[in-house]
Amino acid sequence: MIRALVNVPKTARRGEIIEVRAMIQHVMETGYREGPNGVTIPRNIINRFVCKYAGEEIFSAELFPAISANPYMAFSTVATGSGTLTFEWTDDQGETQSTSAEITVT
Amino acid sequence: MLRLALLGALVVAAVGAVADIAPKDRRSGFEFMSPQTQAMQSDETSNPGMLWVADGERLWGESRGSAGKSCASCHDDAVDSMRGVAARYPAFDEETKRPIDLMSRIDQCRAKRQGAPSLTQQSDELLALTAYVAYQSRNMPIAPPDDPRLQPFRDNGRDWFNRRLGQLQLSCASCHDERWGARLGGSVIPQGHPTGYPLYRLEWQTVGSLQRRLRGCLVGVRAQPFDFGAPEFVDIELFLMERARGLPMETPAVRP
Amino acid sequence: MKSTRPTLDEAIRSFTGGAAVREARVKFEISPLVENGNAVPVTVEVDSPMTAADHVRRIALFNEKNPQADVAVFHLGRRSGRARVATRIRLAASQTVVALAETSDGAFWSAQAKVIVTLAACIEDISQQ
Ligand code: HEC
Ligand code: HEC
Repeated sequence: MIRALVNVPKTARRGEIIEVRAMIQHVMETGYREGPNGVTIPRNIINRFVCKYAGEEIFSAELFPAISANPYMAFSTVATGSGTLTFEWTDDQGETQSTSAEITVT
Repeated sequence: MLRLALLGALVVAAVGAVADIAPKDRRSGFEFMSPQTQAMQSDETSNPGMLWVADGERLWGESRGSAGKSCASCHDDAVDSMRGVAARYPAFDEETKRPIDLMSRIDQCRAKRQGAPSLTQQSDELLALTAYVAYQSRNMPIAPPDDPRLQPFRDNGRDWFNRRLGQLQLSCASCHDERWGARLGGSVIPQGHPTGYPLYRLEWQTVGSLQRRLRGCLVGVRAQPFDFGAPEFVDIELFLMERARGLPMETPAVRP
Repeated sequence: MKSTRPTLDEAIRSFTGGAAVREARVKFEISPLVENGNAVPVTVEVDSPMTAADHVRRIALFNEKNPQADVAVFHLGRRSGRARVATRIRLAASQTVVALAETSDGAFWSAQAKVIVTLAACIEDISQQ
């Protein structure tokens, strides 16, 4: 089950620059912390994020342990046409979570 | 060590009459934060607490337990049915003849009416449900009920608030009534209002309850903290809500 | 804590492949004094027309004193419209943070900021978290 929030304007004019925001619930365990028993807690982070617009990649990121828990990113794209934006987060285990949002471009 | 020294200085400074904060001087912890942290809270698309609210919204509609019912089966749309509820909790519970806080009230509904196992105070599921319910009171003024049966418990909460605790022999009031606005180490001492719970604390890197926050303050004065769910915490919350009467609810707030 | 992390300069060189970096065109918004190092808001904006012929390809963030120098690498393109990204980062101590941008002509641009991190005063109980 995915716990993510994305924010894309519902409508935009063709050619308009829109801001996209994405946030996901994740501990982003750094691999540098010790648990109460003195044993290092293994690293467990989201290391990759991809956003596609109508199937084409428009933004991606490689993330490291210095990204805060519950990673938040905001970026821009040009509204090219009505369609779907998909968001994909991949963690250290290679598991991918995804969600999407629709935009209507006039 | 530096911290201890600072606290030591506070002990000396705190000897004197404890004065309540006048209603016009009441200020939420929000006002003591940096503009960056304030922006993180105010903008719902960047407030990490909203992840728990969204989760709570989903849980609200899911069936749980032997009764096969969801919260929505009985309470319909939370936007209407839960509006203003968090602003008037803790409330008097007929069953235990004691005040009950919002988290336990929700857990009681789960156990009694859904037939689902009870959740711990620290579980993400209960935090998410509580955040979602309390979110329906966002920006509404805190309005504790006038129920006279609550008064002895509220008085008990006030006593705890003014009592010197722990190895450092500081009361909640020594910091939150007497020294608010002053710096303690890196942070500003706020007035200690319960306006935003459950809230996202940067220090925790997650959402937590008021009781988790209070445990932190108790450990800070080297006192043995009450257990989660202890009646003392509910009494203290009852007093804190009265003390914060009129301040707007902020759930899910963000705090450093 | 692992001791042999690359220095800030080494990390930057591994990103640029040793190419010259000019301290221009990058606007780096980060508070000089932060309340908690667990979530420090940052915004990086690069002065670029963002056309097919002239745009920002990558924006990277590096730190001086965390256990690892890398923070993030963002891939943009001509469809971005505006070379601006925002995120939240962790800073384990007061230190210098660098934002780098690579433009489509292969040039590198940068801006840096010094950040002082203060800590929370109440001592947390970890026994029942
Ligand atoms: C089988 C029906 C039923 C289900 C399921 C149920 N509740 Fe309730 N709930 C009630 C009833 C009845 C009351 C008491 C109403 C009253 O006293 O005014 C109540 C009271 C409450 C209150 C206190 C309201 C107030 O004004 O003080 C809250 C909060 C609440 N429920 C939340 C929840 C949540 C969250 C869930 C799902 C986890 C849930 N309930 C599931 C029937 C239900
Ligand atoms: C030594 C001073 C000190 C004492 C004593 C103290 N606190 Fe605090 N309290 C703080 C500080 C400082 C903060 C701000 C958070 C931080 O940075 O740790 C805080 C935060 C809080 C908050 C959170 C406010 C918000 O905006 O969310 C509450 C509630 C609170 N305290 C209640 C209490 C209660 C109740 C007691 C007594 C049991 C108490 N405090 C004792 C210093 C103190």
